[in-house]
Amino acid sequence: MEYTIPLMADLLQQNKKPEYLFWVGCAGAFDQRYRKVTQAFAKILIHLGTDFGCLGAEETCTGDPARRAGNEMLYQMQALQVIETLKAYDVKKIIAICPHCFNIFKNEYPDLGGNYEVIHYTQFLRDALDNGKLKISSDVFSGKNVTFHDPCYLGRANDEYEAPRTILQKACTQITELPRNKSFALCCGAGGAQMFKETEAGDSEVFAERTREVVESKADIVATSCPFCMTMFTDGIKFIDKQDEIKNLDIAEIVAQALKL
Amino acid sequence: MIKQIVFLLVLLLTLAVFSYSAWRIFRLMRLLKPFPIKEFGKRFREMMVVAMFQSRIFRRPIVGLMHALVFWGFLVILFGSIEMIIDGLFGTERILSALGPVYTVLIFTGDVFALIVLIAIKAFLGRRIFMHIPRFYGVEMKPISKLDANLALTLILLLMVSLLGMNIFYDLMSQRTAASCFPVSHFIAGFIPVLETGTIHFWHELFWWTHIVLIFIFANYLPYSKHFHVFMSVPNVFLSRLEPLGYLSHMPNIEKEVRMMMNPETAFAAAPEGEAAPERFGVKDIEDVSWKTYFDSLACTECGRCTSVCPANMTGKKLSPRKIIMDVRARMKEKSNGLLKHGKTYDDQRALLREFISEEELWACTTCNACARECPVSINHPSIIVDMRRFLVMEEAAAPAALNSMFSYIENNGAPWQYPAEDREIWMNNMN
Repeated sequence: MEYTIPLMADLLQQNKKPEYLFWVGCAGAFDQRYRKVTQAFAKILIHLGTDFGCLGAEETCTGDPARRAGNEMLYQMQALQVIETLKAYDVKKIIAICPHCFNIFKNEYPDLGGNYEVIHYTQFLRDALDNGKLKISSDVFSGKNVTFHDPCYLGRANDEYEAPRTILQKACTQITELPRNKSFALCCGAGGAQMFKETEAGDSEVFAERTREVVESKADIVATSCPFCMTMFTDGIKFIDKQDEIKNLDIAEIVAQALKL
Repeated sequence: MIKQIVFLLVLLLTLAVFSYSAWRIFRLMRLLKPFPIKEFGKRFREMMVVAMFQSRIFRRPIVGLMHALVFWGFLVILFGSIEMIIDGLFGTERILSALGPVYTVLIFTGDVFALIVLIAIKAFLGRRIFMHIPRFYGVEMKPISKLDANLALTLILLLMVSLLGMNIFYDLMSQRTAASCFPVSHFIAGFIPVLETGTIHFWHELFWWTHIVLIFIFANYLPYSKHFHVFMSVPNVFLSRLEPLGYLSHMPNIEKEVRMMMNPETAFAAAPEGEAAPERFGVKDIEDVSWKTYFDSLACTECGRCTSVCPANMTGKKLSPRKIIMDVRARMKEKSNGLLKHGKTYDDQRALLREFISEEELWACTTCNACARECPVSINHPSIIVDMRRFLVMEEAAAPAALNSMFSYIENNGAPWQYPAEDREIWMNNMN
């Protein structure tokens, strides 16, 4: 199948306003590993016949890492710029893959006058399952032991614990919960701009602690739905040389593989 | 009559000391930043769920149940304490018994709870003294904090002993069958040998006075103890942030600056005359926080649930969310005399930042909100941490070097990494 990603600028030229903006995020666009997740989700959107568009090179950072690091000035400059761009395309609904982008659009942009219906991609997929548009079978992942790591900004920050689990229950046969799950979940260690700096001195690393928990769960696959969590697990698993025993997949990849896309 | 006069004097003394403490706290809060309160209905619901039904406390089910029983016990026993104050003032005897069956139920429950609270408090003391529970330790838990905790628990223990003592001798005293009224005390009273009426009266009186005087002492010890949470936690939950945990507060003063900068007409204009000097961005010292943050610090009972779930803390970093809250309180304590005397501009050459909370602590936070989710009195630790980062970054440009690079990448190419915007379309071009 030929996949063409519709750009908002091209759609506007054809006088088209797509229903959804698919907000890719910086990690989704630049991180080699996470690009695969972006592609997986884009394929699902096309598979479902979703009316969407991407900003492509017109996308820019939401300002989240700057804001969490205390640089409110830079955050607001970014945010006002993004709001202008979205206004130009009359965007009403945003699907974000990164929970940090999702959180900032949903909870913080309204303070600057940016009001949108913001949907995390796991919520979008859950809804597609609920209304029967998305049908997935558990053939591909049957027999695999799958565990899920709750991203802080999807879970605790926005109380969305069920959407990713609903999807996994359809796509997989065996799901093992981590000891610390849902609102008790342990952070991967990358939030709050930690992703972009060295950690402070301590006796271990947060990602190592969470990876240990994941490995001890005896899962074959640790599923995530956040680019930062994925980076941390990739590092964590490599760090203890367990790449052959446990794979880190994003929920979008699991669904795309289950759909054989 | 003498008894009434003595009681009145003791009560007035208690109220005077308490009012002084409360008035001081109120005046300090008035010096701090505003915290607007809206949506009373939502707040009331939050208070019922989190405070009255102890929803957060129950996240640790066993010790949670113990705490909930103590809390509910307090509410019921409070009824009896109010009655004691009326009786003491007017020389009446169990005046509220006029309420009939309602009274019987409350007093009956109070008597049962007195025993339950007594057992729970003993367990709490045992946990603190004999068991090594990690969250009761940590750099911020100085010997004085531990003494404070044990002293508060001991006072409650004595309150329950005196309450039961009072009930036991009242049971012996009363002519009517008080069995239905004091199930526990009546049972214990059965073991007491026959005493003369005078002796029974003496012991009842002794326990009555011990109990009420302990309440008065407790009430005035609280404002200077972490156990002030007895008064502050329910209102603190009522006042808690209603936004999702992921939300950080807006900074309208920054918005004004940014909008001016982005507008070509105002970007280079001089500030209008007579405009007040811009206030400090973020939090450096105690006068930069809102009165609600100070309220938080008074509601904190140092339980350490926040710190026990903090990813930075559990991997040995210096950050401890509990310490941040305790530092807010300690800094206010240190600066309060000067602030009350000289006003907001008082400067003692010290600050919350660095003298109390180090940059290293602030930068270790992942803003994962585990602490805030856990806090039984709905304190939001990450928002204070980010407010202090705001000061560091915007007033001092004191971010770690790697973060400064990240800022400049965002400024220059709109991403936290050094990649050109065109690369955002790479993924689209090899989809198959």
